[in-house]
Amino acid sequence: MKRVILHSDCNAFYASVECLHRPEIRNEPVAVGGEPEHRHGIILTKNQIAKKYGVKTGEPLWKAKQRCPSLVIIPPNFSLYLRFSEMARKIYLDYTDRVEPFGIDEAWLDVTGSTSLFGCGSKIAEEIRQRIKTELGITVSVGVSFNKIFAKLGSDYKKPDAVTVIPRDNFKDIVWPLPAENLLYVGPATRKKLNSIGIHTIGELATTPQSCLHGRFGKWGDMLLDFANGRDTSPVAKYDSAYAVQSVGNSTTTIRDLKNNNDVKMILFVLAESVGRRMREQGFKGRTLTISVRDNQLYSITRQCKFSKFTNISVEIANKALWLFRRVYSWTNPIRSIGISVSDFEHDTIPTQIDLYGNEQQRMRLERLDGAVDVLKRRFGSYCVQRASLLTEPSLTHFDPKSENTIHPVGYF
Amino acid sequence: MPVYKKYVDMIVRYFPDGTIKPLAVWWDEGKIYEIDRILDIRPAASMKAGGAGIRYTCRIRGHETYIWLEENRWFVEAKGRPIGSVG
Repeated sequence: MKRVILHSDCNAFYASVECLHRPEIRNEPVAVGGEPEHRHGIILTKNQIAKKYGVKTGEPLWKAKQRCPSLVIIPPNFSLYLRFSEMARKIYLDYTDRVEPFGIDEAWLDVTGSTSLFGCGSKIAEEIRQRIKTELGITVSVGVSFNKIFAKLGSDYKKPDAVTVIPRDNFKDIVWPLPAENLLYVGPATRKKLNSIGIHTIGELATTPQSCLHGRFGKWGDMLLDFANGRDTSPVAKYDSAYAVQSVGNSTTTIRDLKNNNDVKMILFVLAESVGRRMREQGFKGRTLTISVRDNQLYSITRQCKFSKFTNISVEIANKALWLFRRVYSWTNPIRSIGISVSDFEHDTIPTQIDLYGNEQQRMRLERLDGAVDVLKRRFGSYCVQRASLLTEPSLTHFDPKSENTIHPVGYF
Repeated sequence: MPVYKKYVDMIVRYFPDGTIKPLAVWWDEGKIYEIDRILDIRPAASMKAGGAGIRYTCRIRGHETYIWLEENRWFVEAKGRPIGSVG
C-alpha cells in the first residue's frame, strides 16, 4: 500500500500571528519573546526580516537586540496562538481524521484514504496551503511524501508558503544530497558523532553498513538508517485532542545562579509541584522523568529516568528529579536554568498494580494531600500553601511556573 | 485611505438550532445600519484590519461589505484612523 503523508508547518508561527494582528509592524523585524524585564527573556520565534539580521530562536533578548537594534519584541500571547493552532487543525480535519499534531504549529496528515475524494497528495497540500493563507492569514509550508520523516523533510525544504513533493521513485535525488542534520532526530550531538565517522549527508548515512551504525548508536543507528532510506513505517496517529498532550514540563531561569544541591532542591520542588498539579488537572500519570540543566556557560544537558510506577505525586516527582540530578551533575559550573518534564502517560483512572513491598498506604495519603493542596491553591492562589523548605529564600522560589507556563514551538528543541 | 480594525456593536438573531444571523450594525453615534442581505459566509482572515474569524459578506444600503466574527466579537475594516490615535 502506497501511503500519502503530509507534514504541514506554520512558518514562524507566533511571529506570523502577531504580524497578522498588527499591520503596522509587518515590514519590521519582529520577534516574539519572553518578558524582557526578567532574566529569562529569550526569542521564541522571529519573522523573515529578523532572520536576515541573524536573530536566532532561543537566544536571549539582549543578544538579539545587539544584532538588530530596531527589532520589535512582542510578549507572547499563547491563548491567541492556541486559537490559530486549533483553526489550522480544523482545516486539516476536513481532509482526514489521521492528524497527528507535532507541537503547536506542526502536524502530520495521512491522506492515503482521501486521495480518491480530494485528488493526489500534492493537490491536497496545495489546497491546504491556500486555505490557511486565506482563512488564517498566515503561511504554511507542506511536505508530501510516502512516510512521516520525508514529509517533515519536505516541509523544511522550501519555506515559507510552499509545497514540496518527495516522491518514492526519485527521493534519492532530493533527499540524499541534504546534510544529515536535516533528518528528524539528528540533533547537534548526533550530527557531531556522524561527522566524526565521515557521514555528512543523508545519502552517506543511507549507504553506511548497518553494522557500523549499530555499533556506534545501538538501535538508534538502525532507526536512522531506516529513516535515511525511506523505510519509516510509523503510522500517523488518529486525531484525538485528549491524547494530544504527550508530556508536561516546566523549566525556569532563576533570578540568581544556583550554587549547591540545596538551591537546586528548592527549585525542583517548585517545578515538581507545578508539573504534578498540571498532570492531576488533566488526569494523567506519567512514568518517565526528564530533567534538563543549563549552566552559566550556557552548556546544557538532558537526562531521563523511569519511575517504578505511574505517578503524579509532587513529592515523588521532586525526589526522583533530585536523585537524578545528584547522579548526573558534578557542579563544574553554577546553574542558570533547570527544568523537569514527565512523559509516557496513562490516564489516572486506570487501576494500578500494587506490590507487596511498596508502601501503598503512604502513596494514597500523599495523593490525598496533593488533592487537598490543589483545591486550596485553586481557591486561594498558588502561594497560599507552601513548603517550609521554600521559605528559606523566598526571592528565589517565589515564582509560579504553572500560571507563567510558556509553550515553546517545536523548532526550539 | 488607511484602514483599521474596529470592533462594533452588533444586533444578532440566535435561532433555536444554534445558528446565528447578524441583522444590523450599531454604529458609534447610535446610527443603525441594517443588513439587507448576507451574500456569503466563510472563514477568512482580514489582512487589512489584522484578524481572522468567520467573515460575513453583507449588503448594507446597496454596498457590499465584510463583517467578521472573531470568537465572540464582531469587527469591520473601518476607514480612517481609530479615535484618539496620533498622526
